This record gives sequence, C-alpha cells and structure tokens, in this order.
Amino acid sequence: MQKLPGNFETYDETRKAGFLKVKELKESGKRVIGTFCSYVPCEIIYAADAVPCGLCASSEEPIPEAESVLPRNLCPLIKASYGFALTDKCPYFYYSDLIVGETTCDGKKKMFELLNEIKETYVLKLPNSRDYPEALKEWRSEIIRFKEKLEDFYGITITEDKIREAIRMKNKEREVMTEYLSLGKLYPAAISGYEMGSRTDAAGFSFDIEERCKTFAARTEELKQYWEEHIKGTTSDRPRLLVTGCPNMGVRDKIIKAVEELGADCVVIDTCNGIRTQLDKVEETGDVYDALAKKYLNVTCSVMSPNQPRFEEMGRLIDEFRVDGVIEVILQACHTFNIESYNVKRYVTEEKGLPYLGLETDYSQADKGQIATRLGAFLEMLG
Amino acid sequence: MYYTGIDIGSTAAKIVVLSETGEVLEEFVIPTGWSSRMAAKNIAELLSGKGIYVTDTEEHGKNSVVVSTGYGREAVDFSDKQVTEITCHAKGAQVLFQKEKAVSVIDVGGQDTKVILVENGIVSDFLMNDKCAAGTGKFIEVMANRLNVDIDDMFALAKAGEPIPISALCTVFAESEVISYIAEGRSREDIASGVIASVANKVATMCKRQKLAEKVVLTGGLSSNSYFAALLSDRLGQPVENSSEGRYAGALGAAMTAKKLGERRSRLQADS
Ligand code: SF4
Ligand code: SF4
Repeated sequence: MQKLPGNFETYDETRKAGFLKVKELKESGKRVIGTFCSYVPCEIIYAADAVPCGLCASSEEPIPEAESVLPRNLCPLIKASYGFALTDKCPYFYYSDLIVGETTCDGKKKMFELLNEIKETYVLKLPNSRDYPEALKEWRSEIIRFKEKLEDFYGITITEDKIREAIRMKNKEREVMTEYLSLGKLYPAAISGYEMGSRTDAAGFSFDIEERCKTFAARTEELKQYWEEHIKGTTSDRPRLLVTGCPNMGVRDKIIKAVEELGADCVVIDTCNGIRTQLDKVEETGDVYDALAKKYLNVTCSVMSPNQPRFEEMGRLIDEFRVDGVIEVILQACHTFNIESYNVKRYVTEEKGLPYLGLETDYSQADKGQIATRLGAFLEMLG
Repeated sequence: MYYTGIDIGSTAAKIVVLSETGEVLEEFVIPTGWSSRMAAKNIAELLSGKGIYVTDTEEHGKNSVVVSTGYGREAVDFSDKQVTEITCHAKGAQVLFQKEKAVSVIDVGGQDTKVILVENGIVSDFLMNDKCAAGTGKFIEVMANRLNVDIDDMFALAKAGEPIPISALCTVFAESEVISYIAEGRSREDIASGVIASVANKVATMCKRQKLAEKVVLTGGLSSNSYFAALLSDRLGQPVENSSEGRYAGALGAAMTAKKLGERRSRLQADS
C-alpha cells in the first residue's frame, strides 16, 4: 500500500484525483522516476521497466513556500519545482522512487543538493561543453554509471537488449511527435502553438508510451484532414512565429496564447518542451551507450558552451517553417539563456534578417499587460 | 471628418485632433486620474464641447475616427482601433522631429520606458524596461514625494545640485537610500540631482542595448525637459533632441493612424 500525503484532505478535487491516479499506478507495481531535463537519457529509465516523469513545474502556486529556502532571485521553474516537492503537492514527485538531476545550470545543480534532503536525488554529471574530445567519452561513462545506479537501486539487471528496445520505442515516439509538431509547416498553419504546448504537457503525465503515440498520431491525422478540407488553398496574413528560449509551459498563456489571440501563429516551438528534443533520433545500430551519449550531448540548450548547434538548428527551422519573426522567452534569472539571447538576437536579425522580440518574465501575472503591449507592438512591426 | 488620437498613459491622457488636411486642430492633456474609463468618458465630453463627436447620439452623428493608444487604450470603448504606444510614438516622433531615414525614440513614461528604433517610418526594434520601475517617471515621482516637492521642482533642484550616487536598481531600495541621505542631512539639491542622474543612467544603459540611430529624440512626459535631454546626450555621447510637443507624440501617432484608417474606409466605400 502506498501512503497519501498528510495534508491530502485539504487538497482540491483535481489534485486529489491526481494523487489517487499515481497511487494506483504505483500499487500496480510501476516504477516511477522523476526527471527535470532533456539531457536525461530516458531510454535507460525505460530499460529499467520504470517510467520517467518530468517534474519541471509551471505554476506560481508553491513559489512563496520555496522562497522560505531558496533565494527569491532564482528561475521560477526551479523555485516552483522545489516548492512542489517541499509541500507534497505534486503527486509525481511524491510517488517517484528516485529523482534524477543533472549538472546543467547552477540554479538546478544547487537546488538538487537541497532536494536530496526530501527525496534521494541522483545527479548526472553532464559535461558543460561538447567541444573537447573527452566530453563524449565522459558522458558515455556517466550514462553507464546511471544504468548501474538504477540496477543497484532496484536490484535488477539492465540488459543491452532492453536498452535497444527502449531506443526503438523512443525513436518511434520522436517520429510521431515530430510529425505532430511540424503541422505548423503548412501554410496556413494547421495547428496553434498553444495546442502543441498544452497537449505535449498533458502527455508527459500519461505513462504508456504506445498509448501516447496513438493519441498523437490520431490527432495529427485529424488536423491534417481538417486542413485539407477547410484551410488548404486559403490565405492568411497572420505572421508566422518561432518561439525559442527557456521552457515556456509556465508562461504559455501570457505569451503564446496572448500572441495568437492578437493575430499571429506560433508555428514552431524551438524549446525543450517543443520540437527541440524530438528532431534528433538515437542511432539504432552499434553500441547503445555510444548512441545515447551522442544524442544526449547534442541537446541544444544554452547550458552548453559554446552552443553553435542551437543556431544552426534554429536557422533550419526558420527556413523550413517559413518564419516571419522570432520571440524568445527568458525566465527571470536564467543566466545562460539570458546571456545567449544577445547572440540569438544578433543571429536572427543579422543572419536571418527577421525581427526579434525578447521577453524576460516569471510565473506571476503582474506583467501580463506589459507583455501584451510588447507582443502587440511586435505584430504591428511585422505589418 | 476629424481624426482623433487618444493616448491614455498611467498619469496623463493626451489628445490630438487632426483635420482632413492633417493639420493639428486640438491638442490637450488631462490627468488620467484613478480610472482610465472615467478619463475616456471625460475626453469624449470635452471633445463634444468642441463639436467633435466620437459616437452617434440623438443630436449629432459621429464625425471623428478615433484611435486609442497607451496603457489605458482598451478603456476607450468608443475607439475605432487600438494601437500600442510603441507604434504610435514612433509615428508621432517621425513627424514631430522631421522625417529622417532612421530615428531612435526614447519615451520615458509614467509606468515604463521604451527605446524604439524607427527606420523608414516603421518600427524595426524596441526595448521596454522589465517589471521594475527604475528608469521611469514613476521612480522620479516616488522620490519627489519623499523630498516633498513636485516633479518640476524636482528638476529645478536637480539642476542646482551635485549628484550623489544612488546605486540601488530597485525603486524600493533606492527610496531607502534617499531616506538615509535625508537623515544624513545631505542637501535636497544633491539628492534630487542624484535621483535624476540615476534615471538618466538607467535609460542610457537601455539605449546601449540596441542599435541607436544618429538622430535620437526624447518623447513622452519628459520631452520638454532640456535638462534631462542634456543629461542623456552626455551619457550617450550624441545629441538627444527634445521638444515641448514631445509629450503628444503618442497621441499624434494615434491621430495619424485614425486619418489613414478613415481615408481607407472612404476610399473603399467610394469604390463599392
Ligand atoms: S532548458 Fe536546458 S536545462 Fe532546462 S530542461 Fe531543457 S535542456 Fe535541461
Ligand atoms: S530555465 Fe534556465 S535557469 Fe531555469 S532551470 Fe532551465 S536552464 Fe536553469
């Protein structure tokens, strides 16, 4: 029997239902591992017959409690995630067997030390650069160490066959997701940025990968068919935008929904919660650890220094999705994306000749009006 | 037909009315007060007293196209169109300061400060201060309250003083800095001078984050303030033009947009 949190009775109905759902899942024998990052090779987790569960939080709610421990001047994603853990308000954290962190940004790194006091947190040592020959080798051994950790933790053996099977399964999912997240390539766009974001988020909490694939494939078909029948051949003056920067689920309403309501289409979301991590597959032949190390060192996040591949990929997306302008979302106090935004602006405006709008914000609603003004002016500028 | 631009800012509402030939017929400012909606209502009444009707009533037909802008633009429920203050300031500034190929517009407003790059008549880039009020009119207002003077006196004091450094970036902390200076018995002139200098520094830093045109102009509430323009010129190392009309840049840009909108409508009506 799994326990419920002490203050369970005070929760609202949705939260109660969430807890009961995960509790049931756990009682059915599922292993659950909490993660925070796209660098975590989730194939290893699947190979341990566990499911990875993304714990990056998107709500302002637990931030005040988090600030009783963490500094205020810290990225809201980190504060919110820690806050949920601290207050027993996230069923996925609560029922995770183990938390997997990584040495990405300083804020998360140091937060994991504190998180470890609430629940065991294993931290993957991610190299902070791809540009030296040992990086790939170090990362490969780190992935093996991670596998050994899970073997130890659960008292199991993880075979290479199991890993290879997980690689195939995840690749299949990447294909399906890429197709879904590419519907914005069509003109006029066949999907809204808001839908891409909210559906992808929701899917993070459905644990059956095959079920997930089916749902997304069906939705892709549905939207494609609707487009063929009703949209194809029409014209649209709505500017086509690429959204880049930090994970944006916590500010989606304030930015993506708002700009789409003002009359633009966010055709491609080039972030960790968008297409960024889906494009690159893991090689299915050869050594599994080589293949995983290669894929997961190439995530184009600003924590890597230097980070040239991010620009190459963004350039490709801008061309393929026929983008008219770029919006970059920076979460307050995210130094790596914030500093890199200088280069992103330079790249977008000078190399690609497109307008760029940078927005620095947090999870509060206080700057909603200001952001709407900036978005409005940006669209007026696009004509 | 009249073309009316209404710019409702956080402290003042500015109104410009253009004739069919584009001449400025009316230009006035009223305090926004506590409600933008009330301000909008007052404006409609003031305009109607001048024979400019923004809505159809029993006695008069509507005879003006209205475009609203600024922080309270949505409160103007009789406007034909709402446009952000960034676009309007850019348009207005282009006319006020003669057409140049490129011009950078600095607008220090009550709530926020904007730096707008206008190239060939269109906004090509802009920056706006983040959440914090440092570097905005609000900051000056808060500090003026502390020193017990109004904004005009604040500038008069500042001119006479030697700036003492205000290092805090946040309004609340800067206010405590000012309070400790008062407690130390520093002169009001020097404190005022420090406050204005810190705003100029903050605005200049913002300007430097963006490509600046050779021509830089100051619009918004501080536009008529030559002292502030001179401070900015000094920080930027290039002349910053100001004008007594500068506070109307947003309303003028809105009125120009109204004119374009009205002309397009009559053209399309004539065609069909
Ligand atoms: S943005 Fe970077 S650090 Fe954050 S989840 Fe994505 S890859 Fe990890
Ligand atoms: S958004 Fe930035 S600061 Fe926040 S967790 Fe991701 S990399 Fe770290």
